[in-house]
Amino acid sequence: MTAEVAPEPRAEPVRREFVTPEGVDLGLKVATYAERVTALGIDLAILAGAMIVLTLLVIAAAAVARSAAPMEMLGVVWVIGSSLGRYIYFLAFELGPRAATPGKRIMGLRVIAADGGRLTADAVFARNAMREVEVFLPILFALSQGQGIDGVMIALGLIWSGVFALFPLFNRDRRRLGDLAAGALVVKVPRLKLQVDLADVERTGAQGVVFAPAQLDVYGIRELHVLEDVLRGGDRKAIAEVAARIRAKIGWDGAADMADRTFLNAYYAALRGRLENRLLFGQRRRDKFDVS
Amino acid sequence: MAELQLKSARFRAEREADWRKLDALLTRAESVGVGHMRREELLEIPLLYRQALSSLSVARAISLDQNLIGYLEGLSTRGYFVVYGARGRLRDRLVRFFRSDWPAAVQSLWRETLVSLAVSLAAAVVAYVLVLRDPDWFYAFMDPGMASGRDPMATTASLRETLYDKPESLAQGLSFLAAFLFTHNAQIAIWAFALGFALCLPTAALMVLNGGALGAFIALFVSRGLGFEATGWLMIHGTTELFAIVLSGAAGFSIGWAVIFPGERSRVDAAAAAGRRAAMVMMGVVIMLFVAGLLEGFGRQLIQLDLVRYAIAGSMLALWLAYFYWPRRRGHDG
Repeated sequence: MTAEVAPEPRAEPVRREFVTPEGVDLGLKVATYAERVTALGIDLAILAGAMIVLTLLVIAAAAVARSAAPMEMLGVVWVIGSSLGRYIYFLAFELGPRAATPGKRIMGLRVIAADGGRLTADAVFARNAMREVEVFLPILFALSQGQGIDGVMIALGLIWSGVFALFPLFNRDRRRLGDLAAGALVVKVPRLKLQVDLADVERTGAQGVVFAPAQLDVYGIRELHVLEDVLRGGDRKAIAEVAARIRAKIGWDGAADMADRTFLNAYYAALRGRLENRLLFGQRRRDKFDVS
Repeated sequence: MAELQLKSARFRAEREADWRKLDALLTRAESVGVGHMRREELLEIPLLYRQALSSLSVARAISLDQNLIGYLEGLSTRGYFVVYGARGRLRDRLVRFFRSDWPAAVQSLWRETLVSLAVSLAAAVVAYVLVLRDPDWFYAFMDPGMASGRDPMATTASLRETLYDKPESLAQGLSFLAAFLFTHNAQIAIWAFALGFALCLPTAALMVLNGGALGAFIALFVSRGLGFEATGWLMIHGTTELFAIVLSGAAGFSIGWAVIFPGERSRVDAAAAAGRRAAMVMMGVVIMLFVAGLLEGFGRQLIQLDLVRYAIAGSMLALWLAYFYWPRRRGHDG
């Protein structure tokens, strides 16, 4: 391992060991703080929208029925809807088959029991009741005003409650207090589509291109994966650039008029074949600096 | 081309149809729920899931195709949650909750319940004594918004009126009042539960505030010779409501206690176990508060006789106590 190892291409989310009863580690990715805050924002926006729609409906119903007490109905709707509606929303969705509110679904997240068991109703309730303290307490302190001693108390309260809001940043699994109290975890559920196999040279029209072993030993697994990303990304400029660099690096002396994409497809298939073959013999070549 | 085809490509070609089948089944299970699927489909999911898992293990060992491994990881994860995350039907879970889970959780918190009750009572007694000596203390314990005119400035006649006021028409005012009281109390209960995490102290403070308000309120009415009537007015829903608040305090204490003294488990595990048990209690507390809100918003305004109010208060308390603490056989279902 040398010091000049290329930096990570992107900040990988934390992977958490999660072994199924069959003994396979699913390697779940823990949801990041930003994703979770975004999901909560989406949920709150949906709730606010629902409240507006409900308000309009009540007003319309009161107008139609010529009810004398539209304000009271509105009051009931608001009081119940703003607090109880919130609980029901979170509880119902997180107890559903996807264990995620619409906001979490959009962000590709779901709630799981940290021990891998079933996500029970009490766990879901615990993590949602805790949210009051973690999210709404800081907001409450931030919105309240006071002078002198009151102001100092409010500032202290804000700091104290802010600790809860930022709590997820201080543990590896990005768990908030509610998750701890519930024994729950929020993870990403990737919905990756199975794409064509890039090593299928007949389909990519790159058959018949032969590389010498020395030309293939230039790169390792990480470079192969970068190449896969480039090919699947389909960005012309990137493909042209990468093709030029690889041609230069391996001293390509074959057909000069070969399209960049075809060249890369052929090289990808050959490189993967070479690396996978070595894998079968127990040699996992991490990257181009790995000379084992 | 045979010699050029990779082992990993052949491996994929042989299994891809099964993966896609599992994918389709999981998508259906996630959208309509397992309960609405055909028997054959349900029987297929675990088989295909285990196949996908073994494919994932093999793929990790022989394939360098990121997309393939990522896809299989996603597929296996989704399969895992459908296979192992299966839950019972809602009806069964509700029955179980009311028959065993809720009372068992309340019973197991008896120590915390006693502490919570003691803190509330102590605060109530202190507030009672202080307000009887000097009515100005009233304002220290009571939020003027909640008191709504029932303070030492009011005349005895107007105080008496507040105990027996009848709204002009029944439909008006009551439903809003019930809704408001319910959400207000539910909010307090949830704070008491959630703040328990902070080493019990905020929960204790909430119990003191709640008990103090109660003591100050009764002291005010006792000082005007209305003690008996006011207690009836308060307790018609108060036995249910205060019991619920005491239980929420107990729930908060149990979490804080587990954080301070986790015992043999790690702090996180102890907090999780206590949190789930406390949450079970809290789900019931919300129901109790709903009942209390109905009693307060409707029952109190409709029933004007003191003795009937006391009868309701007493029977509600007896009902809750019997429900929670009546000895029953445990462990018939795991």
